[in-house]
Amino acid sequence: MAQVLTVKDLSVRFALHESEVTAVDGLNFALEAGETLAVVGESGSGKSQAFMALMGLLAKNGSVSGQALLGDVDLLNLSKTALNEYRGRDVAMIFQDPMTSLNPALRIKQQLAEVLVRHKGQDAKEAERNSIAMLERVGIPEPAKRANAYPHQMSGGMRQRVMIAMALLCQPKILIADEPTTALDVTVQAQMLDLFKSLTDDFGTALVLITHDLGVVAGVADRMMVMYGGRSVEKGTVDDLFYDPRHPYTLGLLHSTPHIAKRAARLDPIQGLPPSLEHLPKGCSFNPRCAFAFDRCIAERPPLTEAGPGRQKACFYEGPMAYGKVA
Amino acid sequence: MLADTRIDGVAKAEAITPTKGRSLWRDAGYRFVRNRAALVSLFVLLGVVVFTIVGPFFARWSIEKIDWSVVGNVLSKGYPSVETGHFFGTDEVGRDLYSRVIQGTQVSLMVGIIGAGIAVIVGTIYGAVAGYFGGRIDSLMMRFVDILYSIPYMFILILLLIIFGRSFVMLFVGVGLISWLGMARVVRGQTLTLKNREFVEAAIATGAKPLTVIFRHIVPNLLGIVVVYATLLVPEMILLESFISFLGLGVQEPNTSLGALISEGSRTMQYGTIWQLIFPLVFFVTILFTFFFVGDGLRDALDPKDR
Amino acid sequence: MHQTTTTLLEIKDLKKTFAISGGAFSKPLTLTALADINFSIRKGETLGIVGESGCGKSTLGRCILQLLRPDEGQVLWLGQDLTKLPAEEMRKRRQDLQIIFQDPLASLNPRMTVGEIIADPLRSLRPELNKDERRARVLKIMEAVGLLPEMINRYPHEFSGGQAQRIGIARALITEPKLIVCDEPVSALDVSIQAQILNLLAELKDEFGLTLIFISHNLSVVRHVSDRILVLYLGRIVELATGDEIYDDPKHPYTRALLTAVPIPDPKLARQRNIDALRGEIPSPINPPSGCTFRTRCRFAKSFCAETRPPLETLDNGRLVACHRWREIEVPEEAVLGH
Repeated sequence: MAQVLTVKDLSVRFALHESEVTAVDGLNFALEAGETLAVVGESGSGKSQAFMALMGLLAKNGSVSGQALLGDVDLLNLSKTALNEYRGRDVAMIFQDPMTSLNPALRIKQQLAEVLVRHKGQDAKEAERNSIAMLERVGIPEPAKRANAYPHQMSGGMRQRVMIAMALLCQPKILIADEPTTALDVTVQAQMLDLFKSLTDDFGTALVLITHDLGVVAGVADRMMVMYGGRSVEKGTVDDLFYDPRHPYTLGLLHSTPHIAKRAARLDPIQGLPPSLEHLPKGCSFNPRCAFAFDRCIAERPPLTEAGPGRQKACFYEGPMAYGKVA
Repeated sequence: MLADTRIDGVAKAEAITPTKGRSLWRDAGYRFVRNRAALVSLFVLLGVVVFTIVGPFFARWSIEKIDWSVVGNVLSKGYPSVETGHFFGTDEVGRDLYSRVIQGTQVSLMVGIIGAGIAVIVGTIYGAVAGYFGGRIDSLMMRFVDILYSIPYMFILILLLIIFGRSFVMLFVGVGLISWLGMARVVRGQTLTLKNREFVEAAIATGAKPLTVIFRHIVPNLLGIVVVYATLLVPEMILLESFISFLGLGVQEPNTSLGALISEGSRTMQYGTIWQLIFPLVFFVTILFTFFFVGDGLRDALDPKDR
Repeated sequence: MHQTTTTLLEIKDLKKTFAISGGAFSKPLTLTALADINFSIRKGETLGIVGESGCGKSTLGRCILQLLRPDEGQVLWLGQDLTKLPAEEMRKRRQDLQIIFQDPLASLNPRMTVGEIIADPLRSLRPELNKDERRARVLKIMEAVGLLPEMINRYPHEFSGGQAQRIGIARALITEPKLIVCDEPVSALDVSIQAQILNLLAELKDEFGLTLIFISHNLSVVRHVSDRILVLYLGRIVELATGDEIYDDPKHPYTRALLTAVPIPDPKLARQRNIDALRGEIPSPINPPSGCTFRTRCRFAKSFCAETRPPLETLDNGRLVACHRWREIEVPEEAVLGH
């Protein structure tokens, strides 16, 4: 499959009053057409910031370095206006709360058509027709009628569908979804995940699914990247990482997630708290919470190395990982 | 044993942070200190206050004593001078302007601070009670405020001052009567939003009595906005008093206020005794500006968005 | 686990409505948040309440605690009707009934230190204790929930969500309550922290002999902690059964749909699974469908479902279900779980 995006050594830093914080530290990954990559991590892992940086949406005090090659264009090297060209057309992003990304004063169809007029140069009539067709495609009942509604007249699930429709209008190569289902009910979440699956198949769009919920990942993603303390600690196919995790953090996350089919008396959570980026532990940033840490983990930071075909991990520990009671 | 492992997990990640808490007030203090304009204004304001306290000890003339040597010759003899002891010159009838400006500043500051003080105490309690209990009590209390608001207060104030005579007490009563209305409205609005916050519900759920909820949980969280509003209210009150004084209805002679001094000074401007206007005006403007800047700085420092 | 059969709490015919103003010129609308709620809780059990947003699960929790006064019905606490208690009596009764909130930081007063927050219920409910006694209790409970004693003087904004939730739990525990309503206590937390808090709640429940009402939209979480599960839809009970019964043999089509929609952290199962996705979204509670409120999204709905409301039937083993057709609907095993 063709690679649509290659990210090399992506780092994101934020200037604070007297210090600097590295939110994303040397991230490398590639994205293939039509695949779904899940980016998993807890708050402060840098999972959202990395992709906000790609979209040029960092807060004012943020700075970014590295390369993000879309074809042969480096997204990180573009001027604001040039990036605007790509944003929405080749790369689109949707967020947890659709209400904040929709203009409350405009009708749905106006907002959708505007995207087509701007990026594809379609005339208003055609843009509106295409918009309504896209609304239908993302599963909005009575799209022609709903297109006249204002965002606040729709439910959360419908608004998220509108956002997806808007993101897909220009048939982008990459769709970045940042916690798209976190605010939704399970039943609506299931519908939405179904929709994602059929859309990546139909349009060949590469989907980046940023989430903290492993249950969501399991059903939708092909590959996953686990992030901790601003770095990627394990990468590989979803099956590899779920059934044979090689990084203690991945294992810990799996044991922390309640499974409806397995009722354990206790979960085996990771001890402690996610680190603050201002005070990342020395060596491996996971070492204070890790059950397998040894002296080397405190002394040096493990690099991301090959751990089998198509998978990588950043961990020195090589032995078997018996974890808590479940393992 | 269980507790040990629990604490252990927390302790590892927490070892770096200090144990003494940073209250939101201290955070706000840091932010305020970083605001150059507000900090300078605060010092200037304190300087003015100190001057009104220390200044009288250096005065060689009292506020009412008439310097007969300058009477009728104010322009040529009553100008500001260290030799005559009239540091700021004299007024039209030969009284020492230095003493009078200090006294006027004191009166203006007092009016402002007492007006704002009444607003803080009455307005906060009134607004918090109305907002917290809501429903009919709220409607009743706020309609009363609306009624007071709808009365042309300047008219009432002037009537009060004419009927009961011009005095400090009457002035404070008049200013106090209207100053708390706006505060009550602001506080009520804030209380309505605070009331729906989970920590207030938590307080009720943990058995707090209604008054405890108001004074322990709601009022402390209102103080930020109250402080800001109060600092901006002070200059408003000073302006109000000045306006009344300008009309000639303010404090009774020989006492004076900045408004009255400016009023006199503006009348004699055409004779060339410009210092009679300049000195009170400088103090007046300084006080207003510094209060506005301090209020602005406080608003930025206490802004909840920054938390 | 030893369970006595004492009934701690009994809810009878509970109803709660909210008036919604429809603008200046239209008459106010009535939103029925809860109706015909009947169930009881035994001492020492954990009752899970699940449903989609807007189903009334949080309202139910608040009606039990009298933070909202129900319109009709009874909330019997050890036989005493809480809805009839005068405010001051109810206030004192709060020593026995506590609550843990969803957003841990929002539920803590930002101007108070951790020590003050945790001690607050004691000041209200145990005024006879002096300052030192209060402090001793605060420190003891902080240790029990895994907070370090030196955190006592710090302020909520210095804590992460997980720790803030521990503070909230400590505050709920300090009056030694018998029942705690946990309103989505982990849904705002990170995954690894969620598991810590769930374990903590389980440990504390044993340690303090608590009875829990656990409200959540996450069926996996509810299933993990609960003995029995109550499923709400548009303010009405659709099913009440033990966790295993709900999971192995859901009777109501809505329960079944909820189960199949739960994400499973297992890629192979998740891929095989045939999701019985519900059509559409939850209807407006202002204008609910006639008859069975679930019929608009139910794939088993027949015309008579629109005519009469299905009664809440009690099955022999005490489970409750409200569906006209539950006897006829066969549950294909793989539809639920995919194995």
